[in-house]
Amino acid sequence: MALPAYATTGQKLGYYSFLTYCGLVFFFLIAPIFIILPLSFSASPFFEFTKEFMNLDPEAWSLRWYRQMVGISSIGDTTVVTDKWMLGTRNSFFIGIVATLLATALGTVAALGLSRPHMPFKAILMAILISPMIVPLIITAAGMFFFYSKIGLTHTYLGLILAHTALGTPFVVITVTATLTGFDTNLIRASQSLGADTMRTFFKVIMPLILPGVISGGLFAFITSFDEVVVVMFVGSVEQITIPKQMWAGLRQETSPVILCMATCLVALSIALLTTVEMLRRRSERLRGIKHR
Amino acid sequence: MNQAQTASGPILTTDGIPLKVSLKKAERINKIRAFLLVLPLLVFILITFLVPIGDMLARSIDDRQINTVFPKTFEVYKKWDRQGLPSEEVYKTMFFEVKNSEGYQIGKASTRMNYSKSGWKSLLKKSKRKFKKIEEGPYKEQMIATDKRWADPEYWKALGQMVDPTTMGYYLNAVDLKYDSNKDIIQQKENRRIYNKTWIKTFKVSLLVTFFCLILGYPISYLLATLPLKYSNLLMICVLLPFWTSLLVRTVAWMVMLQQKGVLNNLLVMSNLLADENRWQLMYNQTAVVIVMTQILLPFMVLPLFSVMKTISPTYMRAALNLGASPLHAFYKVYMPNSIPGISAGCLLVFIIAIGYYITPELVGGKDGQMVGNWIAYHLKTTLNWGLCASLGAILLAMMTVLYWAYNKIVGIENIKLG
Repeated sequence: MALPAYATTGQKLGYYSFLTYCGLVFFFLIAPIFIILPLSFSASPFFEFTKEFMNLDPEAWSLRWYRQMVGISSIGDTTVVTDKWMLGTRNSFFIGIVATLLATALGTVAALGLSRPHMPFKAILMAILISPMIVPLIITAAGMFFFYSKIGLTHTYLGLILAHTALGTPFVVITVTATLTGFDTNLIRASQSLGADTMRTFFKVIMPLILPGVISGGLFAFITSFDEVVVVMFVGSVEQITIPKQMWAGLRQETSPVILCMATCLVALSIALLTTVEMLRRRSERLRGIKHR
Repeated sequence: MNQAQTASGPILTTDGIPLKVSLKKAERINKIRAFLLVLPLLVFILITFLVPIGDMLARSIDDRQINTVFPKTFEVYKKWDRQGLPSEEVYKTMFFEVKNSEGYQIGKASTRMNYSKSGWKSLLKKSKRKFKKIEEGPYKEQMIATDKRWADPEYWKALGQMVDPTTMGYYLNAVDLKYDSNKDIIQQKENRRIYNKTWIKTFKVSLLVTFFCLILGYPISYLLATLPLKYSNLLMICVLLPFWTSLLVRTVAWMVMLQQKGVLNNLLVMSNLLADENRWQLMYNQTAVVIVMTQILLPFMVLPLFSVMKTISPTYMRAALNLGASPLHAFYKVYMPNSIPGISAGCLLVFIIAIGYYITPELVGGKDGQMVGNWIAYHLKTTLNWGLCASLGAILLAMMTVLYWAYNKIVGIENIKLG
């Protein structure tokens, strides 16, 4: 919507103030995320920009919090090993990856069923399957805490994995169903008439076409599990530390700048995931023959 | 042609079965196949998610806890006419059940009894100790001798609220009401009325956040929808990156921004707009909750708005301008009505997510910014009043269900867009 050459002064003014307003909103969206990046390299034990830091004094810049994050920190001459962050990282990846695999498998199969033209009660089933995404996490956490403690799943990795799988499946269902809209069912018929059985058709014809949707659904499920703290707090035990749980503890008790280092790493991870999902989406649109306008 | 068919009877397949029957059968098989594909996930969600939610709902009305600790007392209690003090028989059964139960059971039961009449907990704790010395009856006088609260009819009347295995008491508590000793519904004491205020605050914060998301999100969605693709793709990243960034990371970032020695206050002081000693208190209040939640939920407003605005043809606006409308008039009369589906989708989505928020108010809200979600967590892990926790959750869930249903009607749940 470029401004036409014959625009009046008033129109120009309006247009540029509109652009300025939009610029400010984008700044509001993005600035807080990037403000933590430089601060994670500060030597100060507080979350603040000191004068020395702003003047690029080499004394004020340091990697000490990153060293602490990976488990090496020194108080005076003695080296203290604090393993919590690395333990949290391992747990987060373990729970996240297992939950993602489960959620992707269950969600993809369900999405295939939901996209069939003969699916009965489609609307109500869809509403039920999406509900873990809609119900507030604190309610989910309370319910799971009550029920899982009855059947002995609290304080176990199995309990956390099942909970995170349930939270992740809606994303897989949504992305895969979206990929399947406009799926040419004649391809399945063609494959079957050429003699392929159901499994072969699935892996050789359907799967390659819906793969971008499956992967981005899986990535959504992964980031959901990776970012989830409320259920972990109530269903998990004290020792079952994950990254967000350790960040939460860090914010409530000691505000250590290690949180900023971990936050920086997480921002890097989300940039990587976002890029992957965007590339997959474009590839999927190309595969399905949807043209960009 | 129709007549020709009826004349020669129904069309048959090669097996001799009527085509209609054969088609129906094939359709049924297809339906079953489709359903079988969905079944594993349905069962999984049922067990890991829906049953736990149901368990929570059951807890919100469950009142059997004491009935299982004092079953006989309640049997004889039911016969009492609720006038004056109960008979020796009630005292006697109570005495033995207190004396013979395990300490932890008494503890559990007395916690519940304390919700009806405060004082029960300490009374039972004391009695459990003192009753050991009492060997034989009559028990009524001896019990009163150990503590004169046993002679207070208010305590006995309060037990009446717990006779039924189900109670609406927790729901009443969740809206600042309670049962009195005659089981009439009355208001909580002035200083204990906290939940109605919290409900109002939750709505207020959610509405404010929705409003700010709309006035910030509408212009940028318009810009994104009308810019050429190469620019809008780049700017879209600004919307999607926060969407993909951890909620905690974004909250931490805001804590860095808003605290007293934070970026915002520092900038104001450095530019001499603010004296060093007058730094703004931006954190730990409702304002902070609204600011931070607006930034966190803005992508949920922009994405539905953008996908609707993308479908509005730019020729509409051009036509309006051509016909002599001023740009503002054209926007108001032509563009805006076309974008209403996006507005309702975005607002509903943001409101639905905002109303159940917990993490952000807990971290930046302070005392003033606590929402219903925070009280649920508080009762879940601190006071262990799980009945009240469950009833607050159930009310919140009922509201969500209505909103979710409305969203489904207006937008369609399968149209949720993720990036």
